[in-house]
Amino acid sequence: MSGTQQELSVSLWRGGKDGRYRTYAVPRRESQTVLDVVTYVQRHLDPTLSYRFACRVGVCGSCAMTVNGKPRWTCRTHVAKVAGAGRLEIGPLENLPVIKDLTTDMAEFFQKWQRAKGVFAPSQTRHDSIAQIRPDTPARAAADAAIECINCGVCYAGCDTVRWNSAYLGPAALTRAWTLVNDQRDAGNRERLQAVAVDGGCHSCHSHQSCQELCPQTLNPTAAIAGLKRRTAAAYLKGEIKA
Amino acid sequence: MNVRLYVWQRATAAIMAPLVLVHIAVIFYATRQGLTAADILSRTHGSAIWASYYGLFVAAASIHASIGMRNVLIEWSPLDERRAGLLAVALGLLLALLGFHAVIALVVT
Ligand code: SF4
Ligand code: SF4
Ligand code: FES
Repeated sequence: MSGTQQELSVSLWRGGKDGRYRTYAVPRRESQTVLDVVTYVQRHLDPTLSYRFACRVGVCGSCAMTVNGKPRWTCRTHVAKVAGAGRLEIGPLENLPVIKDLTTDMAEFFQKWQRAKGVFAPSQTRHDSIAQIRPDTPARAAADAAIECINCGVCYAGCDTVRWNSAYLGPAALTRAWTLVNDQRDAGNRERLQAVAVDGGCHSCHSHQSCQELCPQTLNPTAAIAGLKRRTAAAYLKGEIKA
Repeated sequence: MNVRLYVWQRATAAIMAPLVLVHIAVIFYATRQGLTAADILSRTHGSAIWASYYGLFVAAASIHASIGMRNVLIEWSPLDERRAGLLAVALGLLLALLGFHAVIALVVT
């Protein structure tokens, strides 16, 4: 089935790992997003279709899927931009286990955030006065650069190194680590640098920038990871961390 | 790849970069001047400079390639990190053996 002016031909992944694509006809609408298309199928054609979304406005990071071969946030991806010939193929994100249909198990993705020490380690308590942060220092600019990550997993799904090396922490977790490395209020840097300096850490990145190209928030994980490589190498040479 | 291997790989790359340039310059010189194998060997025999130049080159290349091969094996083969590391060390040693053999041929025999 091929799409027409009024109709889209939409192939959706159905089932788990051994599932297959099934094709549906979905009416075209103006300003239609890929998430609208998936929602239409579930509301009107097959209520058993599983998928995730929450905010529909690019904030929550839960709606990412593989759209015509590329990972994208579906709520902010317009059909007109990606379905040139009126065809859409929508699958679950790559590099994550499929649960069912368009939903993946993101547990490992978030466990890697923990492994990369992507958790703020406070240097003060609530009894201290509020830290004064100058926005114009280079460190704060580096921390601010990736503060808008929405944990969508798009970069992780698009990273070949994750595909090849399942131990690799991946662009999102490492970018989070870099944000905290540059946060002057954080006190966990030695542990964090140690955590990203082992096998599967920042040095596994090939700098081929798919993450940066695909990130819907236009963040630059490649640059963040390059920062971690420099910082960990310096810490290693000073004897502050081990391999 | 971990930070120790990363530092070694970058360091050996930094050592090799100028060595490669000199090596290429020497090849150009030798072909331009039409030097025969005997001409070349007469200049390199007993030369401590050429021995250390190519000795360093072989050492750096073996380490560099071995780290790279470990990475390739981890990503592209079913081997785990330990086995990939062992195989990569074996490859590195083989490269070093072949390389030093060639260096000895150049300056000693
Ligand atoms: S630059 Fe690094 S993190 Fe980004 S896609 Fe490439 S290997 Fe993955
Ligand atoms: S870095 Fe970008 S692509 Fe990756 S999880 Fe964050 S927002 Fe999504
Ligand atoms: S539904 Fe929240 S980012 Fe798409």
